[in-house]
Parts: sequence; structure tokens; C-alpha cells
Amino acid sequence: MGSVSDLVNTASLEVSGLAFAYPDGHQALFGVDFSIARGERVALLGPNGAGKTTLVLHLNGILSGGVGTVKVAGLPVGKEHMAEVRRRVGIVFQDPDDQLFMPTVREDVAFGPAAAGLRGPELEERVDRALGRVGMAEFKDRPPHHLSFGQRRRVAVATVLAMEPEILVLDEPSSNLDPASRRELADILRSLDVTVLMVTHDLPYALELCPRALILSEGTIAADGRTAELLADDELMRAHRLELPFGFDPRSVTMGA
Amino acid sequence: MGAGHAHRLYRHGHSAVHALPPHTKLAAAFGFVVVVVSTPREAMWAFGVYAVLLGVVAYAARVPAGFLLKRLLIEVPFVAFAVLMPFVAEGERVEVLGLSLSVSGLWGAWNVLAKGTLGVAASVLLASTTELRSVLLGLQRLRLPPLLVQIASFMIRYGDVITDEMRRMRIARESRGFEASGVRHWGVLAKSAGALFIRSYERGERVHLAMVSRGYAGSMPVIDEVTASRAQWSYALALPVAALVVCVLGWAL
Amino acid sequence: MHVPDGFIDAPISAATGLVAATAVAVSLRGARRELDERTAPLAGLVAAFIFAVQMLNFPVAAGTSGHLLGGALAAILVGPYTGVLCVSVVLLMQGILFADGGLTALGVNITDMAVVTTVVAYAVFRGLVKVLPRRRGSITAASFVAAVLSVPAAAVAFTLIYAVGGTTDVSIGKVATAMIGVHVLIGIGEAAITALTVGAVVAVRPDLVYGARGLQRKLKLRVDGELVDVPDTAPVAAARSHRKVWITGLVASLVLAGFVSFYASASPDGLEKVAADKGIDAKTEKHATSDSPLADYGVKDVENARLSGGLAGVIGVGVTVVAGTGVFWTVRRRRTADVSPAGTSGV
Repeated sequence: MGSVSDLVNTASLEVSGLAFAYPDGHQALFGVDFSIARGERVALLGPNGAGKTTLVLHLNGILSGGVGTVKVAGLPVGKEHMAEVRRRVGIVFQDPDDQLFMPTVREDVAFGPAAAGLRGPELEERVDRALGRVGMAEFKDRPPHHLSFGQRRRVAVATVLAMEPEILVLDEPSSNLDPASRRELADILRSLDVTVLMVTHDLPYALELCPRALILSEGTIAADGRTAELLADDELMRAHRLELPFGFDPRSVTMGA
Repeated sequence: MGAGHAHRLYRHGHSAVHALPPHTKLAAAFGFVVVVVSTPREAMWAFGVYAVLLGVVAYAARVPAGFLLKRLLIEVPFVAFAVLMPFVAEGERVEVLGLSLSVSGLWGAWNVLAKGTLGVAASVLLASTTELRSVLLGLQRLRLPPLLVQIASFMIRYGDVITDEMRRMRIARESRGFEASGVRHWGVLAKSAGALFIRSYERGERVHLAMVSRGYAGSMPVIDEVTASRAQWSYALALPVAALVVCVLGWAL
Repeated sequence: MHVPDGFIDAPISAATGLVAATAVAVSLRGARRELDERTAPLAGLVAAFIFAVQMLNFPVAAGTSGHLLGGALAAILVGPYTGVLCVSVVLLMQGILFADGGLTALGVNITDMAVVTTVVAYAVFRGLVKVLPRRRGSITAASFVAAVLSVPAAAVAFTLIYAVGGTTDVSIGKVATAMIGVHVLIGIGEAAITALTVGAVVAVRPDLVYGARGLQRKLKLRVDGELVDVPDTAPVAAARSHRKVWITGLVASLVLAGFVSFYASASPDGLEKVAADKGIDAKTEKHATSDSPLADYGVKDVENARLSGGLAGVIGVGVTVVAGTGVFWTVRRRRTADVSPAGTSGV
């Protein structure tokens, strides 16, 4: 972790000593520490039940009450700055149907900025820009549930981009996508100039998009380093129940990122 | 998942009534019902005029009579009560077709039937020309406390979620060979209620988290301002005002 | 039990409207403490659930309809204040969308189905939970009893309102027998559903059951192998619960006061009938409040009987509307005043 300590001053996201138990007694996080610099794309890997979703929900203060701190661009996540923190941290949830709840694509994308107080032409301009960035501008007046799954996920990304976040957090962005939609989403994510934290089981996708990866296992960060190196470490992978798809060799992949 | 923007009570259309801002329609419907209820039951002709007024609204909204009448069926339990009233009520009695009926019971039955039916018809017209979401926006505009609007909007969203989950659970039950065919199976169905509750909650919780993550803090952000022009207000209020004239005449005559 | 327009006369509709508006206003204040970010959707779900169960109408012997009420479920899952709000919202939406229950009868409907059920159920529930051993089974048992009692309580409340302001003179005896008899049966069905639902939720997500909040274990966090206690929040909750009991009592007494005073003052038709049946000549006695401007539903100094009765109705309805708006307006303004500093600080 020494490699990132000098970046702390400009960190988009800084998590230290985070521990949390649910009200039913189940403890999910046991002291999580990491930091992500501005503009980085980082993958958060880990087996089911490692606490990934719990961690994500701490990033914008939906869960709190344990110990430790989370800072977004230097701003501590807590009651007093909640509105600003939520504007800065954009979370794209796993199921786009949970994220899209308004009658039209336009209203859904406008929801966040409107909640922050934007109105009129300014709001309209924000919506158009966000939809343009994910290539969904022509679907503006369609109901979200009439779109394909891949399109819905792109709209979900747009709803978050419309808030112009400091950091984009994606929960399993590639799940349930066909290969073409998967590639389209990858192109979109690469074209964005925001910090990205991508929570995923999809190791090839992580390798394709994120130069750096964290492994969350049993509620703590078990490894932090270059994605290609982590994926190539068979022993580490086995220890944390991470498996590459059949026939995939991270050493044979060349990356542009 | 449907987001609750269309409901089966709503009848899609582009009539002048559909186009009115929701809060003017809510105010008009409420005003109308208040006037109807304050009309003396002896002024029978007034209720006829009210019915004609509603008929005019239904015509303007292009709501077919069949649709309206079918929706009026919700009243049936109270119609049954009204029908019984002349038999059970006390007081002076009259002979009609060999039956002994109470005079005050007859008046009571008429009162409940006439006012109830007009009230139901007004609500049906309101619901069939106003989208659910607009109803909520209208209530918000009429300064219903935000917490109530919030509960109502979650309720409507959850309505869909519950129906969805209920269907899935029924499919799961039936594919394991269970069929509810009698009292013995009530236990299974009742236990499903608990499971349904938790499943629906957890699904709705995720939607809520997504909303909160985008800055939702208890009231729906205003994306398109709902405003009503003076002309729209006067158009909507024509109904209760006309009814009020009838009502005043009903008292005076 | 949904009362349609024109079933209860205007003054009593107005009076219950006032009671309902007060109860809702008090609940709005109380609910701010019960509801947090995570429980707000729960209130919506409870409302949707109640909406669904209220749609199941049973035909009732005397011709009225009966159905599950859901007030007990709401009070136990989301707390009494939020419970009142949930059921009120259900009744409001039913009135607007499904024409189930008249718009002018909202006050009557909210008073008997939202306020009485929740208050009775929650009072019984709290009482039992205090007495019974602190176990999950007790929560389920207490919910059963609370629900069983809450439904006939609503039927009694309805009968009282009917006795005071019914527009038809079916004797209260008949109405009471039919309503209470049937609702004792419905209460059992209601209790079964309430207990099963609460039981299922307590077993899986005890954090979602307001009435079971006292049962939660104290949490520990393991940080680097050391055990760290979660900061204790219990004293705050205890201080609040006193207030809650106090306010619940206040609401209950308000409701009771409303009923009793009308029962005593407005000389209801049905009651007179009973008095006459029993050989008591009610007319020889002067009513204590016959000097009040709305006594006997007629406005003083107005000669035409029909006109004066009608004026009373209109004044009554007008008072409700004004009072209701006033209460909502004050609460709203206070809410926004409370909320705005926090809400704008971050933007």
C-alpha cells in the first residue's frame, strides 16, 4: 500500500479502518483501508459475501454507525455533508431496474440533478450531456422498461453521470450483458474522465478496464496491486475463491490501458 | 418492473379533462362532493342535475358510459346496506307491494345511494383522467405534507413490486405441485404473506437506496413545474360552482 | 367499513375531520422520530400491504361490508405515529382512486380505521411486551392480541360515530350488534395475518420491526482482532419512549373527548330512539348545550328549519377545511423551518 500513500493529498476516495456489523449481528467489514487517486480506474474483486456491497454502501453514507472513516475528495462522509457526498459519489447498482424508477428516461436522468436543485434549461442541458456520453440521446422520451437490458444499464450510468460525480462506483457492471453490450459499456467507461471503482466478479473485464485491483476478502483488503499481477498469482487467487474463466490466461493479454 | 406511472383505473386519452393540471382536478372533485353531501335529500331533482353535470364531464373526458358504470360496482356493499335499510329502520311505515317499509329508512337509503353514487362517480372520473403520478404531484401542489406524499408514492411503487413478487411466489408454489383448494391450505397462504412482505421490502429497499444515492431526501424533485393558469382553474372549478348553484337552489326551493 | 359520502351527516363528518386532521398532524410530528432514511420505504410497503388486504371485502350480515384493517400491523412494524399516517394515506388514495370511502367521509374513515386501530393496537402491544418475557415469541403473541382487539375497537368507534351522526335511523343496537359481532370474527383473521407477518419479519429482519427494537442485542465490532463496543444509543431511545406514551395518551384522550362530547351534546337521533324505546322521555329534559350555535344541527336565529340545518352542515364542513389546512400549513412550515438549515448546508 506504500505505492499509493503519496497520492493521498489528491485522493478521490480514502477509506481507513472501516468496520461494520449489520443490526442482525452479522459483521461484514473488519477494518478496510485503501485510497484511490483522482482519475484512477480500480477494480474491487472478491468472492460472494466478502463485504463488497456493504463497502459500497458506506461510500455515500447509506450505511454508517461502525468505526473508521470514509473521505470523498477530502470530505468526510457523515451527516453534515451528506448531500454533497452523495452528489460526488455516483453509484450504479447491479440491477438497472432498481435504479430506474421514473416513467421516462429523461425524467430518470433528471432526478439526481433536480434533487440537487437544478431547474429549467440548465437541467435539460445536463440531461442531454449525460445521455450523449452513454450514446442514449435518442431514447430520451422512452419509458426505461421498454429498453433492452444493456440499454437500461447505460441509462443507469447516465443517471449517475448527470450528477457530475467525483467518483463513479459500479456494482457488477458486466453482469447479464451480452458480449456486444459488454464491449459498448467498456468503451463508454474508458471514454469517461472520472475516477472509477468497479466492483466485479468478471475478472477479464476488470483486467480490460482497470490497471489496478483490490481484493476484498473476509471483510478486509487482502491484496492491492496491478490487476495483471494479481490475476497471475495463482495461489492468491485460490486463497480468495477467485477463478478465471476457462481458457483465460491473464499473462497472454496485452492491454492499452 | 413497472414504475407505477400507469394504472388500470386510468384511461389514456387526450381530452381537455385529461389535460387539466392534477391539482385543479383534485380540488374540483373534492369541492363537488362537498356540495353534493350538503344538499338536502328532499331535493331529489338536484341529484338528477348533479348526475347530468358529471355526465357532461364524462362526455368531455371521452370516458365511455360502460367503463364508468363498471367502475361504479365498487359501491355494491353499500348498495346492499341501503337496500336493507327500509326493512330494518324504525319509525312510521308504509305498504309498498305488500311489504312494510320504514319511511325514514327509505329516505335514508335514497340519501346514501344518491350521495354515495355521485361521490363514487366523481372519484372514478378523477382517477380515469389523471395518471397516478400526477395525482401525487397534485397532492403535493395542494400542500399535502411531504411525508404523506412520500408514503403514498412508496405505496404505489410497492403495489407493483408486491404483485410481481406474488406472481413469482405463486409460480414457485405451483411448480412444486401446490394448489390452494380449501381451508387446509390457508396456513400455507398465510405464511406466504410474511415471506411476501420481506421479499417485497428487500426489493423496494434497493430502489430506495438508488434514490437516496441520487440525492433523494424525502420529496420528489420537481422536474417539470406543474402550474395552472387562471383559465385552467376556472375550467376545472366550473363543475363545483355549477353544483353549488344547484345546491343553493335545492335549499331555497 | 369504508363510509361513503352522505352516510354520516355534515357536522359529524366535519368534527371527525377535525379529529383526523389533529391526529395526522400529531403523527406527522411523531413520525419524524420514528422514520429514518431506511425505514421510509417500509412505511410505503406497509401502506401498500394494507391497501391490498383492505381490498378483500367480506359481505357482512346486516349489509355493511367488512374487511381487514391493518392498523395493528402498521403500528407494530413502523410505530404508532407512522402507522396512523400509513393507514390515512391508504384511505386517502382509496377515496381518490378507487372511490372506496367518500371524500367528505375521510374524517370518519381516518378516525375509526387509522387512529383508533393503531392507538388501541399499539397500547395493547406495548403493554403486553412489557409484561411478557423478552423473546421473539412474545412479540408474535402480543401482535396477535393487539390485532384481535383493534378491529372490534374500530367497530365500536364506528358505531359511536354512527350513533351521533348517522343520517339514517337504524337503531344503534342493531348497528352495534352487526358491526361488533362481525368485526370480532374479522379481528381473528386480522390477528392471524398480523401475527404471521410480524413473526416472519421478526425472525428474518428484526431491525424492521419497530415494536421489537428493544430486543436487539448489543453489537460488537472486531477491529484488528480487538473487540470494540458500538456507541450506546439506548438512553436517547428511553427518553423518547416516555414522550411517546404521553403523546399517545393525549391523542387517545382527544379522540375520546371528541366522541364523548358529541355523544353527550348533539342529541343523536339513534340515541333518542333508544331512550324512547326504553320509556325514557328524552324530550322533557333540556340539553345542556342547546345554546351552542350548532346544537341540534340547526343554526340559531334562522327560522327556516331546512335552511338552518343546511347552514350548520356548510359551516361544519367549512370549519374542517379551514382547520385542516391550518394544521397542515403550520406543521409544514415548521417542518421546512427545521429541515432547511440542514438541507441547504451541503448544497
